[in-house]
Amino acid sequence: MMRLLSTWLNPFYWLDDHISPRYRGMYTLFKKELLRFWRVAFQTIASPILTALLYLLIFSHVLESHVKVYDQVSYTAFLVPGLMMMSLLQNAFANSSSSLIQSKVMGNIIFLMLTPLTYLEFFIAFLAASMIRGLAVGLSIYLVALLFVDVPTVHPWWIIAFALLGSALLGTFGVIAGIWADKFDQMAAFQNFVIMPLTFLSGVFYSIHSLPPFWQAVSQLNPFFYMIDGFRYGFFGQGDVSPWLSLGVVGVFLLALAWLCLKMLKSGYKLRS
Amino acid sequence: MAAAVEIQGITKHFGAFEALRGIDLTIGQGEFFALLGPNGAGKSTLINLMSGLLRPTSGHIRIMGHDVQSDYQQARMALGVVPQELVFDPFFNVREMMRFQAGYFGCGPENDGWIDEVITGLGLADKAHTNMRQLSGGMKRRALIAQALAHRPPVIVLDEPTAGVDVELRQMLWVFIQKLNRQGHTIILTTHYLEEAETLCQRVAMLKQGRVVTLDTTQQLLRSHAAKQLSLRVEGVVPAHLQTMIKQQQGDEVIFNLADIGQVEIILSALRQAQVAVLDIQLQEVDLEDVFLNLVGSQGGQA
Repeated sequence: MMRLLSTWLNPFYWLDDHISPRYRGMYTLFKKELLRFWRVAFQTIASPILTALLYLLIFSHVLESHVKVYDQVSYTAFLVPGLMMMSLLQNAFANSSSSLIQSKVMGNIIFLMLTPLTYLEFFIAFLAASMIRGLAVGLSIYLVALLFVDVPTVHPWWIIAFALLGSALLGTFGVIAGIWADKFDQMAAFQNFVIMPLTFLSGVFYSIHSLPPFWQAVSQLNPFFYMIDGFRYGFFGQGDVSPWLSLGVVGVFLLALAWLCLKMLKSGYKLRS
Repeated sequence: MAAAVEIQGITKHFGAFEALRGIDLTIGQGEFFALLGPNGAGKSTLINLMSGLLRPTSGHIRIMGHDVQSDYQQARMALGVVPQELVFDPFFNVREMMRFQAGYFGCGPENDGWIDEVITGLGLADKAHTNMRQLSGGMKRRALIAQALAHRPPVIVLDEPTAGVDVELRQMLWVFIQKLNRQGHTIILTTHYLEEAETLCQRVAMLKQGRVVTLDTTQQLLRSHAAKQLSLRVEGVVPAHLQTMIKQQQGDEVIFNLADIGQVEIILSALRQAQVAVLDIQLQEVDLEDVFLNLVGSQGGQA
């Protein structure tokens, strides 16, 4: 019975036997990357959910009666998509970047470099696993938040589009950072000095319309702002800018980073010399 | 039939440093081949060029007929490399790691029988479900070798697989590797232990400062560098016509190089005729270490 249950619950059970040899290399790397974070799910899934919920609890408690961003939308509800997106982005980034830096420092990346995997397969496998971790964290936060507050979903397709684009963008960013960094120290700097400020200053906790004009203009230079604003538009049907503009900005950034990342992988930057 | 490894005019520069200065080498299928040389001779560089971890400055390498640059997927499919450093993935156990590694090469569940064979052959059976992190140094080394063999490569490169490894594992490893060799796998070995190369390998290439200084069968190498030495303690003067055979003379001790064992008789009878008394006789076998030191010099006299 237990065996049957674990077989049913194992999404790889069927794929392991049926995937074509042509795609098996990429599939295996993807699966390994998934299992890697799943084995430490307490740290990679549960802890970001808890962090997001603490933010939700504290900020909503303190600010609920003081801040009104949109009519008809409570501050607590307003906060939920922002926290979801923030955690989704941070975890998509963390997955590919930490996996790569770890295997570089440990040296076991050599076992990947010896395989016939193409640079494109390498990229897709790391990206897909990062996206899934980001999406899993984001979705979990949503489900848990529903216990406390009612969050509408006016335009589900926008929500899905921005969740996919955001996780892809940061997953790609994570691959770039993971290849570039030589030490954990550099990776921590990247995370704390680039990713954190960009997410916190992107309007997770506020609408940029509440900022002075100068800081509004600065915020609009931040690509993270568009991911969060477009995502939030999907929930409430209103945002600081048009979702189409956000889609365009995020799409262009994604293409640019993916191009850079593939160029690095193809040239063997820091991996082959 | 394509050669297992074909190396043509390979050079590799790191900035101003020339690690390899024109290597030409062909290793046939099914050979057990030794790559020897002092530290810094370029052995690891050459292996990294074969596996695609490095790109050559000039020249070509083909594995089982596939160019490692232009046809890298086929070339890597044919190659299994055991890295020198003890590297491992801390998230998974031995069997999982092997399945993943085989999977990267496109091998699925049909390969599980082979994985079991490798795990058993390397004495890892009771550690198959142990996390890589919890293995001892020797066990990690076995796991590393197992991982390189996961996709059943026809050409296997062992880069100092026995460095810091106990006798038991060394023997177990060689029994298993020799079995693979008999089954047709080509084995390329670099090692610090010259006696290993001597007993296992049919052919030897010696590298020095990025060049191949010797390439020959192990037997021929031992023979041409005087297969045996005759060491005598004598009283009197060794006749002039024997002087050319003398390798070394110190006081009353004279060492002769012998091309074959029959020369012992010639030397002894010549000494008797010259009325030189022989006080002590010793016959010494020359091993690869002597040849090695002879060829690459005594500096850094290790492989």
